[in-house]
Amino acid sequence: MRVLMFGWEFPPHISGGLGTASYGLTKGMAAIDDMEVTFVVPKAWGDEDQDMVRLIGANKVPVTFKKIYYKGIRRPIEKIEVFSKIVPYTDPDDYWKIVSSESLGKRLIIQTNEMGVTDFSGRYDNNLLDEIYKYSVIASVIAEENEFDIIHAHDWLTYPAGIAAMEVSGKPLVIHVHATDFDRSGGNANPDVYRIEKAGMEAAVKIITVSNLTRDIVINKYNIHPDKVETVYNAVEHVDFSGDQEVKKGFDDKVVTFLGRITLQKGPEYFIEAAYKVLKAMNNVRFVMAGTGDMMERMMRRAASLKITDRFHFTGFLKGKDVYTMLALSDVYIMPSVSEPFGISPLEAMQSSVPVIISKQSGVAEILTHAVKTDFWDIDAMADAIYGILNYPALASMFIRNGMEEVIRLKWDNSARHVRDIYERVIWKK
Amino acid sequence: MSTAGKKAICLYFQVHQPFRLKRYRFFDLGHDHYYYDDFSNESIMRKVAQKCYLPANKIIMELIQKHKEKFKVTFSLSGIVINQFRLYAPEVLESFRQLAQTGMVEFLSETDSHSLASLRNRTQFEQQVQLHREMVKTYLGVETTSFRNTELIYNDTIGSWVADMGFKSILTEGAKHILGWKSPNYLYCNAINPRLKVLLRNFVMSDDIAFRFSNKSWSAWPLTADKYATWISKLAPKSELLNIFLDYETFGEHNWKETGIFDFLQHLPGAILKKTPFKFMTPSEVAETLQPVSAINVPSSISWADEERDITAWLGNELQLAAFEKLYELSDKVSRCNDEQMRIDWEYLQSSDHFYYMATKFFSDGAVHAYFNPYETPYDAFMNYMNVLSDFEIRLNRQSPDTHEQRQILKLDKQILEKDLVIEKLTAEIQKLNEKRTKILGEDLIIPEKGGKTSLKDLAHKLITVSAEEQPPRNASSGTKKEKTKIVKKTTAKKTTAKKATTGKTVKKKSTAVKSRKIKK
Repeated sequence: MRVLMFGWEFPPHISGGLGTASYGLTKGMAAIDDMEVTFVVPKAWGDEDQDMVRLIGANKVPVTFKKIYYKGIRRPIEKIEVFSKIVPYTDPDDYWKIVSSESLGKRLIIQTNEMGVTDFSGRYDNNLLDEIYKYSVIASVIAEENEFDIIHAHDWLTYPAGIAAMEVSGKPLVIHVHATDFDRSGGNANPDVYRIEKAGMEAAVKIITVSNLTRDIVINKYNIHPDKVETVYNAVEHVDFSGDQEVKKGFDDKVVTFLGRITLQKGPEYFIEAAYKVLKAMNNVRFVMAGTGDMMERMMRRAASLKITDRFHFTGFLKGKDVYTMLALSDVYIMPSVSEPFGISPLEAMQSSVPVIISKQSGVAEILTHAVKTDFWDIDAMADAIYGILNYPALASMFIRNGMEEVIRLKWDNSARHVRDIYERVIWKK
Repeated sequence: MSTAGKKAICLYFQVHQPFRLKRYRFFDLGHDHYYYDDFSNESIMRKVAQKCYLPANKIIMELIQKHKEKFKVTFSLSGIVINQFRLYAPEVLESFRQLAQTGMVEFLSETDSHSLASLRNRTQFEQQVQLHREMVKTYLGVETTSFRNTELIYNDTIGSWVADMGFKSILTEGAKHILGWKSPNYLYCNAINPRLKVLLRNFVMSDDIAFRFSNKSWSAWPLTADKYATWISKLAPKSELLNIFLDYETFGEHNWKETGIFDFLQHLPGAILKKTPFKFMTPSEVAETLQPVSAINVPSSISWADEERDITAWLGNELQLAAFEKLYELSDKVSRCNDEQMRIDWEYLQSSDHFYYMATKFFSDGAVHAYFNPYETPYDAFMNYMNVLSDFEIRLNRQSPDTHEQRQILKLDKQILEKDLVIEKLTAEIQKLNEKRTKILGEDLIIPEKGGKTSLKDLAHKLITVSAEEQPPRNASSGTKKEKTKIVKKTTAKKTTAKKATTGKTVKKKSTAVKSRKIKK
């Protein structure tokens, strides 16, 4: 079975859950014998290895091919990179930030192609919606040039590309909803984004959601028939910590960690309020808010006004190994998200032997048993859970042991097999 | 043997409701010493009383009257449920009292707080049993002669303790793994002390009523009293004793009235008496009438809970063990404490239900556990319980310090309190003196304007005389003080020289006032 997959990001350039999830899933699929995955990503960052890039036809859209081999996988995953300045992020705000920080001279210019799409040749608008449209045109070119049985598009930015590929090839389209604009915006979806999301959902023969929480949103907010929507839970990439040297803590205090974008969606303010309550009762604890985001300054001011800055630390954005170091230092991991379609990070924490507290408004809460689940607004319950884990050692050890067992069972292979099962049903129905 | 022809059936119902804890957050520690969820305790008790206890007691009363001496039942009411009846449903307690008066009902002894003390501490256990005996005597008016432990928990040692306390028989589960090829349908005796008879629950026959009665996919559904009596009569040739032990809530609560459970109860004794050779007996009667066939060896604890019939429902994971350890660590301190409310809390905190809520086995036995559980997860249950227990410990330490440090703290606390009182006294004095001073100064300020040529000397004298005369009657009302000062002023203006002698005194007084102000600071 050959799959043409449209995504946003691919390692090593991952900035969020979407990249991690689509990568994990693809890897899981490539491990299945008769699966052939072609992964398309918009070219976003200039620091990728340019030696590997190959151009196809001067009169065409500059499409580059790259073969990546992963350890333990039989077949190479073919990764096609499209030159475009589409940012691998889903939030228009972030897009603006990235665009404004780049100098004009570095921009890549896409040549006019023979299909006569001259509208954007030589012109590069700082408009995300234009980018998406451009991506969709390129997608149709790719669809023409490649052989495949099914199209799989990850999240709204790739839906138009998926639709275009579907129209050119006549092959069935499956879309994968990692988040909706209702999650990102805190309830007020952007009408343009909503339109694109809805168009994708309507065009697709099958919609995969990452949780039942998201499935309900798709059904209720986008008016999609429930039969068309199926949940495939995410998993977590298994990391072996045995070889790592132990991280030494420079102090005796316990550490409670929030790790993620500091935005409305992630509920950082509830973490601060809960921290304040805990600090009133105990002293030997420190709180860490790792990450950046538009609410960071506000959070710092809040911590200052609560006079807890000596115990409440901000680390800024953490990358790669730092994330694991942070987790190794932590005694509790907390994810108080207001709306989280899935949330892979608590799984990573559990893997690092850290007990987790998650909000009931997260998709991952649907599959986890050995985690404290509270409502995101329930600061009292959150504070109580933090206190309980830090003060009752039996509780922490129980969470760590059972959490580890639980998280080991969540494998991308299983998710991949589930997706393949969906493909089969879609193709045989045709 | 004379016992050969005698066959007994023993119907036993357990009555218990826990005192559920309210949501107790850690920031309540040390402030809030009330732990119970009154709303749910009361509403659940009222609900169960209406749906189960009252209607079932009424039926049992009618059955006793109808079958004269032939129908007998056995109950065990935990001390906790008796207290709940007293609080929320006194009419239920009254109806049990009336049942007790018929003489056809035996009430069993158990631990007062439905606790797991038998697994931990003999003295604790014996104390609680004694407490419960007294409670049953007080509130139901009967003496107890047979015993059942919390959740039918039993092992050889517990049995021997119970025998030493003078009980005739004990009830427990006819667990497959201890019986092996043996049948539960005979009377056994304790392996250590054979004087204690052991009645084993026939779990197949019991669970037919408890769990399967309203299950429509069960092949024997619907179960009628006649059908059940036929099964019993089939057992008759190979049994002497049939023990049907149930939660009393089986009637009307676990199986709703609509399932016909009350009709079943109503017709069961008649059907059994008519169709089978079994006679209704209570455990103490059984112990006197029947001969035990052999001793039963139970080296490790059994109970009537879940598939395993062991104690893992309460002490199966490290959360439960940690909480259990913590709880009984406090028992020494509690025994030294004589605060009434704390004794009650200690009792209620021991209730086995709190540990049941922390069971992580709910993955396999989920349905039953979830049904009785006020918490969403076992972790939740543990955290809440530990918070409550921590507060309880704080109170205990305040009451009876045990480490040197705590004693020191308590001592210092006392000292601080005493000093606080002294400071308060002195502050009041200072205030009084200050008031006087301002009053006097206020008056003095007016005088120069009036008189025009009053000298400093005169003022000093005025002050002296005022304070000299004012000091002794401290409690004099301010109204009279004012008048006095006015009088004094007039007189002192003329007799200036006469009162120089008093100066020294007042100066001293002033200095003491200043000193006490310093202390305050």
